[in-house]
Amino acid sequence: MRFSGWRVLREGLTGNRGWQGHWRDPDPKPEYDAVIIGGGGHGLATAYYLARDHGMTNIAVLERGYIGGGNVGRNTTIVRANYYLPGNSEFYSHSLKLWEGLEQDLNYNAMMSQRGILNVFHNDAQRDSAVRRANAIINQGDDAEILSRDQLREMAPLLNYDNNRFPIQGALLQRRAGTARHDAVAWGFARGADQRGVDILQNCEVTGIRTEGGKVIGVETSRGLIRAGKVAMAAAGRSSQVAAMAGLTLPIESHVLQAFVSEGLKPIIDHVITFAEGHLYISQSDKGGLVFGSYLDLYTSYAARGNLPMVEHTMEACMAMLPAIGKARLLRSWGGIMDMTPDGSPIIDRTSIEGLYLNAGWCYGGFKATPASGQCYAHLIATDRPHEAAAAFRLERFETGHGLMDEEATGAQHNLH
Amino acid sequence: MRITCPLCGERDRREFYYRGAALEAPAEGGSLEAWHAHVHLRDNPAGPVEEWWYHQQGCGSWIRVRRDTSSHEMLAVQLASAQEDL
Repeated sequence: MRFSGWRVLREGLTGNRGWQGHWRDPDPKPEYDAVIIGGGGHGLATAYYLARDHGMTNIAVLERGYIGGGNVGRNTTIVRANYYLPGNSEFYSHSLKLWEGLEQDLNYNAMMSQRGILNVFHNDAQRDSAVRRANAIINQGDDAEILSRDQLREMAPLLNYDNNRFPIQGALLQRRAGTARHDAVAWGFARGADQRGVDILQNCEVTGIRTEGGKVIGVETSRGLIRAGKVAMAAAGRSSQVAAMAGLTLPIESHVLQAFVSEGLKPIIDHVITFAEGHLYISQSDKGGLVFGSYLDLYTSYAARGNLPMVEHTMEACMAMLPAIGKARLLRSWGGIMDMTPDGSPIIDRTSIEGLYLNAGWCYGGFKATPASGQCYAHLIATDRPHEAAAAFRLERFETGHGLMDEEATGAQHNLH
Repeated sequence: MRITCPLCGERDRREFYYRGAALEAPAEGGSLEAWHAHVHLRDNPAGPVEEWWYHQQGCGSWIRVRRDTSSHEMLAVQLASAQEDL
């Protein structure tokens, strides 16, 4: 079934009785060429690009819960390519280009909205850093602009321009950045993979990884043994536990990041806005809810909920930046569990076990990476060579010290990211 | 989340600085592999972990906390200086 204007019209005139499920619900086959552990955005995108770019269709995605129930449905939906460090920046540049063609490619409405992101800065050091970052972004072929306080005020009049503690000097703007509907991204990739023959197995928990002579031969699951010559881990948040099934210990700690949404309001914020002092990011969803979040809780956690100190901090940051929303009611908050690496950057690499691949460590930035992560991981799985856009995402960088991508400039140490 | 400091009693989590997993450091002159494992690699279990916290806005003690990462339950606390292996 393909979506089109004609199809919507026809269904509208015939009682909407022709719509079908977007993917099949097959039983597991005893053997596949490759299985992907984790049916989140990255796992589904990997399956899609394995089928689309490499013709590998005898593959399965194994999801413990249901599609869209993990981190892909728990983030704040922001997509952008305003990175600075070599290694990371070209990857996110590649990802944003994929986002721009994603809906046509998938024939699926992911509500991609290039509304622009404004990174507000408050002092000379932050301004200099933003200018340097903007130059780097422009040099890699992406768009960036530096806005003065007055230019920013025209675009985002609701910000608190009279805050003595956090005076606003201006902002770094990337117009091509924006938001996408996260659930639809998962559904679109699931549908696209399914249409190319990929089996999407929900309620299928991996309980063991089988190896023989240093080579992977399959996985044990809650739905029986599934043999495969290639096994690809994509279980963000639970990467450590999945890798432990193969006897691997990763340079990863799991942390919770909370997100919040307010009641629906009339349109008041047109962009994604980040507030450097106090660390806050906020946008308004198409339903009208303000979606926002701030720091990690900063200690290891697998509780998919947060803790009140960070709730309080986030609300304080909201009031400092946007006092006008002080009377809006908070609808709900939730937490996502993320792989934090010592340098704050991801890993897409082979492991020491032949046929076992690792896609992990997305820290707090996994959603914007979804299409590129899938495409680069698929390239690695199919060819055993890294994709050029993700060539820096090596596992060994922590051991050798070469190629660390210390995004926060705090050092390659766990409790600092 | 509240942590019971052995000297000050039960206090808000915000009084404490989190340092990370309580791991035994390799001996001086230990191998690079051992130091890599110590600095970077983590078992990262969903369940009880041992970790260092510092009572920054209290008595200034370093404490060793046993905490469940799935429930945030505090299972045990002791002064780091009371550790036999230190």
